[in-house]
Amino acid sequence: MPIRFSTKPGLVIYLTAGDPDLPTTRAIALAAIDAGADVLELGVPFSDPLADGPIIQRASERAVQNGTKLSDVLALAADLRRERPHAGLVIFSYFNPVLRFGLERFCATAKEAGVDGVLITDMIVEEADEYLHQLHKHQLAPIFLAAPTSPDERLQRIAKVSQGFVYAISRTGITGTQQTLAKDAEELVKRLRKFTDLPIAVGFGVSNAEHVATIGEFANAAVVGSAIVSLIEQSTRDEAPTSIARFIKGLRQSVALAR
Amino acid sequence: MSTATHPTAAKSTGRFGAYGGRYVPETLMAALEELEQAYAEAQTDPAFHAELDSLLRDYAGRPTPLYFASRLTEQLGAAKIYLKREDLLHTGAHKINNCIGQGLLAKRMGKKRIIAETGAGQHGVATATVCALFGMECVVYMGEEDMRRQELNVYRMRLLGAEVRGVSSGSRTLKDAINEAMRDWVTNVRTTHYLLGSVLGAHPYPMMVRDFHRVISKEAREQILEKEGRLPNAVIACVGGGSNAIGAFYEFIPDKDVRLIGVEAGGRGAALGEHAARFQGGSPGVLQGTFSYVLQDDAGQIALTHSVSAGLDYASIGPEHAMLHDSGRAEYTSANDQAALDATVTLARTEGILPALESAHAVAECIRLAPTLSRHDILIINLSGRGDKDMGILSRELKLKGA
Ligand SMILES: Cc1ncc(COP(=O)(O)O)c(C=O)c1O
Repeated sequence: MPIRFSTKPGLVIYLTAGDPDLPTTRAIALAAIDAGADVLELGVPFSDPLADGPIIQRASERAVQNGTKLSDVLALAADLRRERPHAGLVIFSYFNPVLRFGLERFCATAKEAGVDGVLITDMIVEEADEYLHQLHKHQLAPIFLAAPTSPDERLQRIAKVSQGFVYAISRTGITGTQQTLAKDAEELVKRLRKFTDLPIAVGFGVSNAEHVATIGEFANAAVVGSAIVSLIEQSTRDEAPTSIARFIKGLRQSVALAR
Repeated sequence: MSTATHPTAAKSTGRFGAYGGRYVPETLMAALEELEQAYAEAQTDPAFHAELDSLLRDYAGRPTPLYFASRLTEQLGAAKIYLKREDLLHTGAHKINNCIGQGLLAKRMGKKRIIAETGAGQHGVATATVCALFGMECVVYMGEEDMRRQELNVYRMRLLGAEVRGVSSGSRTLKDAINEAMRDWVTNVRTTHYLLGSVLGAHPYPMMVRDFHRVISKEAREQILEKEGRLPNAVIACVGGGSNAIGAFYEFIPDKDVRLIGVEAGGRGAALGEHAARFQGGSPGVLQGTFSYVLQDDAGQIALTHSVSAGLDYASIGPEHAMLHDSGRAEYTSANDQAALDATVTLARTEGILPALESAHAVAECIRLAPTLSRHDILIINLSGRGDKDMGILSRELKLKGA
């Protein structure tokens, strides 16, 4: 399934798989897709999430605690693919769980599950030879992060090897919610645009409908992570799917209003 | 071995055989490249070396003595034992070598804010010291468990003007402090230098930190040749991240007859979670920026670790050690908590030298090894630090008569 953004901006929704447990993640994921998420990023919980702020750290810790493994996340992806054939599915992980599972085995299993793309937080282009080789072999889209601190030469390299979309980090920092969207984002997207025609998604700190609408003015999609994970943390297991669906519809609504 | 194949890539930098490299969030890449370049320029700048050498000599107290431990030698009854006295350096451990070097680099790069992680607190103290010396802002991340067991060093850092931030995630030890320091660095990368305290992390750290500690083996090699007219049979050092060990080994690597022995923390048992012996219970993996041996479970989650010494209590090990391990050039063994505690008492009472609990692991291996050797053999122990910081733990753990 190629990754497509139906509206401008498209919505990428991040979930830490296994938080609070796998059946709840499944229910939330389905609700998110039905509420208008174009792409789901299924986060693989890791014991040492060094690029994440407190919200996703806590989610990751809960999921590791209840024993959620990469193999479970891939099984969840297969399940979601059966249920919702048109949703974009991306596996979002730190490198070590993938390495431990075996890179080739991971790619083969992900492909079979119907996964579209892979994003590894601590994988940079210079280290990616074997990684890219395996992803290409299994027709999985490599999605890389581009940062406000990346000079143009790096953005060019990142753009060259990316497929599906490029993930532009909105600010120098870790994941988390914030009040105002950093100005860094627009400038980064402009610089990145010189090197690619791929969709550009902006993430980190995207917390509300206003942010999403602002991103719509200069990029193709918004990634919402910590705000969703935080809402899940505050909801009961039963409520979580409905409250996430309501939140995503809210993000959408203002986009319609803004236009 | 594990399913992890080594992920070497053509453009990968900072490899030690299959190990090392750079596995970091993209946000840090510009800073790592800037640091790599600043370091390369400094390397060829005589003014940098002149300033470094003068500070190492007049401020830190180099060269450190190579001391013949005659009473310990006599007690063990075989090989001659020499101690490389890094414990006599300013701030009490080898860590200052690296901190002065990186502090000078930060100055060159115009970065006025320094962050660091610390386990035993020795690296934090050395960093706080250098920041005071250079007039830089200093923030040190430290696991809450380590703050508890190395309380004196927390106070020392604060006295020196550093801000100590407790870390309450994970096992609240060194690994968690590094995570938090990296999060700070990702956020403040434009103004901040991360003064990493061991041969860990992404390139150029493992290479650069090693180079700042090479002076240990450079001196020791000259000193032993002068005193004995020949090279030692073995050099022994404890291995946390591996900085004092690589510094003590490096200039001896071409001397094939010199055994290089790294001692990891055996903790209180062989089960995962009870020790920090990466070469016994670990397998190749990526943690905090580098590919090396890692203590982990089947799902690739990083395991908890235990050691009586905070400085050795870490789930991974410097990538150059992984290479030396696989090639067989260095040997790695472990000493458990009790052996380290016993060795502390032995060294204190035979030589009047109180080693840091980290360094005591190297002493413990020497106590085990020396009696198996002959009177003509020579051992050098790298005594990486002094034990003043460990008084609290020692008084709790040791049931001394009359105490
Ligand atoms: C005295 C001393 N020795 C050794 C270590 C372990 O570090 P490394 O293996 O990098 O030398 C520490 C770390 O805190 C230390 O304080």
